[in-house]
Amino acid sequence: MISTEIRTVSGIQTEIVSGGSGRPLLYLHGHLGLERHGRFLGLLAERHRVVAPALPGFGRTDWPREIRSVSDLAYFAMDLADDPALEDAVLVGSGFGGWVALDMLVRSGGRFGCAVLADPLGVKFGGHLDRDFADIHALADADAAGLLFHDPRQADRDVSALSDDDLAAIVRAREAFTFFGWKPYMHDPSLRRWLHRVGVPTLVAWGASDGFVGADHGRRLAAEIPGARFEILAECGHFPAIERPEALSTLVTDFAAGHAAAAAA
Amino acid sequence: MKIWHFSEMAYPSAWDAGEAMGSMRVVLPNSLLDAGEVADIYHRHLDEFMLCDELGINIMLNEHHATATCLNSAVPLTMAVLARITKNVRLLSLGSPIANRPDPVRVAEEMAIIDVLSRGRLEMGLVKGAPYEIAPANSNPGRLMDRFWEAHDLILKALSPHDAPFSWEGEYFHYRHVNIWPRPWQQPHPPVWITGLSPNSGRMIGERGHVAAALLSGGIAKGMFDAYRKRAAELGRVATPDRFAYCVLLGIGHNEAEGRRRAEHVAGYVRTSPVVAEPFKNPPGYNPVPANVAALKAGPTQSVARVQTVDGRAIDPTRASVQDFMDARTVFAGNPDQVYEQIVRFNQEVGGLGHLIVMAQGGTLDHADTCENLRLFAKEVMPRLGDLAMPENPYAEAAEKAAAAAD
Repeated sequence: MISTEIRTVSGIQTEIVSGGSGRPLLYLHGHLGLERHGRFLGLLAERHRVVAPALPGFGRTDWPREIRSVSDLAYFAMDLADDPALEDAVLVGSGFGGWVALDMLVRSGGRFGCAVLADPLGVKFGGHLDRDFADIHALADADAAGLLFHDPRQADRDVSALSDDDLAAIVRAREAFTFFGWKPYMHDPSLRRWLHRVGVPTLVAWGASDGFVGADHGRRLAAEIPGARFEILAECGHFPAIERPEALSTLVTDFAAGHAAAAAA
Repeated sequence: MKIWHFSEMAYPSAWDAGEAMGSMRVVLPNSLLDAGEVADIYHRHLDEFMLCDELGINIMLNEHHATATCLNSAVPLTMAVLARITKNVRLLSLGSPIANRPDPVRVAEEMAIIDVLSRGRLEMGLVKGAPYEIAPANSNPGRLMDRFWEAHDLILKALSPHDAPFSWEGEYFHYRHVNIWPRPWQQPHPPVWITGLSPNSGRMIGERGHVAAALLSGGIAKGMFDAYRKRAAELGRVATPDRFAYCVLLGIGHNEAEGRRRAEHVAGYVRTSPVVAEPFKNPPGYNPVPANVAALKAGPTQSVARVQTVDGRAIDPTRASVQDFMDARTVFAGNPDQVYEQIVRFNQEVGGLGHLIVMAQGGTLDHADTCENLRLFAKEVMPRLGDLAMPENPYAEAAEKAAAAAD
């Protein structure tokens, strides 16, 4: 039902997972890239025409030098969304991809019918000595897994079952995520100032067990996005698409159905 | 062969705490420091460096951050002190971690002051820095080497004479009026050294003709120097031994037992240096993708990277014996004849070495032993190294052909 191809987007060779039919949906992945997204994207494809790019730096293609910031990724995804087939699409961003989605929405959200942001990074509320985002780069993998997943066993991978290409994609995702979110750490100091520009119906969903960036942060974010709804995902960490694919896909499809007429209104 | 002495100015009083935490670096709290003790350590090492100046041993310093293994956290500051208190020997900063320094022009200014103050005795190391230096500097590990080479190019241009300020609008650094005062004593700039760990580093350094320095592993030195010679030859140049440097731990005594006893203390440096909390050992992006794929396949990482002996054994540097370290060429030790023979053999093994950096102090070796280590080496070994026979460069002919083809 869903398949992967390499396409040129904005002049960049891009790995894209797509499939299904119905109202278009653009999905922007979190910091692990698109690995282990088959179940989630498959569920969405039952109701939507799903398009999920591996953002430049992630996936199996080259990372062009000129892609240097989250804003570059946002412009890349906006170029992709210019495709007439994505008119009135549902924009879904998870974690790091939620940051990219927010960056798109404050620039120009008009082309999207509605948006769902799951545990998005990108906005900081606290002061100089407050950590809005846990310093996962300063944690051993096992400790970081405890913050990122409700069930830390979800972080385990059978490395021996993966090809060198798959392993390279994991390594590239780590490097790209580190690069884009290093300093300022996991946020853009300007982004909060422009949240009022998010002009489409927005649902902010948050894993109740997200220890990387907690649900209180999510509530505060939702309160600063005009009209945004906030939902908690039980028994779920920072990656609902991986840990609770059914719950997140149901939230997304129901929310999209409730805002079907946005483009026509 | 030029001889250099190097010490990291360690703080052994905090080593037990570091061992208990599993990290000598980054997370070891500075409340463990006693400022009076640190002052004594600084002055003690500066006294030893002044002795080097008398003995004709050149001096090398480096910098590390947030660690009980090295109290020298700002190499230009101590270099500036040496520029004033020494009179004779050359001074090597190895070096400034330029991918972690936000302002390369400032690095050029620091180096220019040291060079002028010392009346042209500076050798300028520009280094990538170890992976655990990323966190204290909060330096982005992604695209680190791109940033390194841009900083390198900018620093050399800033140091070189120019008749008007220049602007630099690069990928990572931006200036509109680069015009440093003073400019350095040596023209167009002090000699450049770069440290490396791999044949690829050797090729990159070889392209630029700088001094390539390898540290503490004979295997690394051999592969890196060979790649350098080969790359230089492809570009039509013969890489002479003065392009190659190696840093080794030294324990020398009137007899073998005394030398090994001193080496045992100095080895405290290599036994503590790799003790680092896991997340700081390999920040994403610091190493290239293929190396990290190999690391994933290897499974959970060993707590400490192993060092290869020349006969192919992998030793754990936190526990290795002096003999193990000698087998890896990490340590030269024994009586003066034995140390001399180890240098002669190593010079052959790596294809010719122009600079030997000895850590005559490391770990818990005290002041009296350090002075004796330095004196014995200067008196009994150094006089024999001046006219050491150098191996033939196997790429000399290829270099001539490449040069002829280019003409």
